[in-house]
Amino acid sequence: MNTRETHRLKTLLQTALPPTRDPDPERNPVPTRDLWPEIRRRIAAEPASPARVSIPWFDWALAGGVALVAVSLPAAVPLFFYYL
Amino acid sequence: MAGDVLLEQQIVLEFRGGDTAAFEALFRRYQRDVFRWILRIVRDHAIAEDLTIETFFRIHRARERFDASREFAPWARRIATRAALDWIRVHRPEHGMPGDFFEDAPSPPAADPVLSGEIRRHVATALALLPPKLRIAAVLALIEERPQKEIADALGITVAAVKLRVFRATRKLRNHLDQQGIRP
Repeated sequence: MNTRETHRLKTLLQTALPPTRDPDPERNPVPTRDLWPEIRRRIAAEPASPARVSIPWFDWALAGGVALVAVSLPAAVPLFFYYL
Repeated sequence: MAGDVLLEQQIVLEFRGGDTAAFEALFRRYQRDVFRWILRIVRDHAIAEDLTIETFFRIHRARERFDASREFAPWARRIATRAALDWIRVHRPEHGMPGDFFEDAPSPPAADPVLSGEIRRHVATALALLPPKLRIAAVLALIEERPQKEIADALGITVAAVKLRVFRATRKLRNHLDQQGIRP
């Protein structure tokens, strides 16, 4: 697709769905209500999260892999510690 | 000017520490930017208001992860983009016409009256049927004409990736419109 075709498509899009930005900054859309009380309500309703450490799935996979190697190749364990 | 920056840094630090008054100050300062950014993407006033609330709720939850040495606005915009993307994914039309999703566009009077309602509907449908990530890139780059760097920052991708998404979106839009007998 060449630049002219892209430009024509852009014009069609903007004609069908005009940009939301008004050239006059005073007329730019703003929220019609005060959103702060609802934000406060949502924050207050949020259950306090217990302090816990989340372990990413990758760490679990790595630990599983090491355990698997240790079980299937026990002779590799001293070698592993040697190079650690 | 420097005083403003220092004041904002102080507010951001207090916000990170969980100070509600500081969070409200940031909300009052940035809510319009966040709202307008979301409105550009979803093109519906009521939905943009709801997503602005969702965005600031997420900002509050993620406050400890915010790097205070960076600007607040781009970070807020990225969270807003993510909230809008999640909304689009849930409300994405999988088949056929998307109903009146784009009928509530904020400035329909500015639409070209010569362009038939049917063509407008086809264009809106073509856009709504794009994969969400391509749709956001197309709306922001082609309709709203936002700078590619700004779009890249908001989506958390590179400028090259933005260009690629816009290119793919353009090709899909053109194919869809061609099938409807509309040649831009």
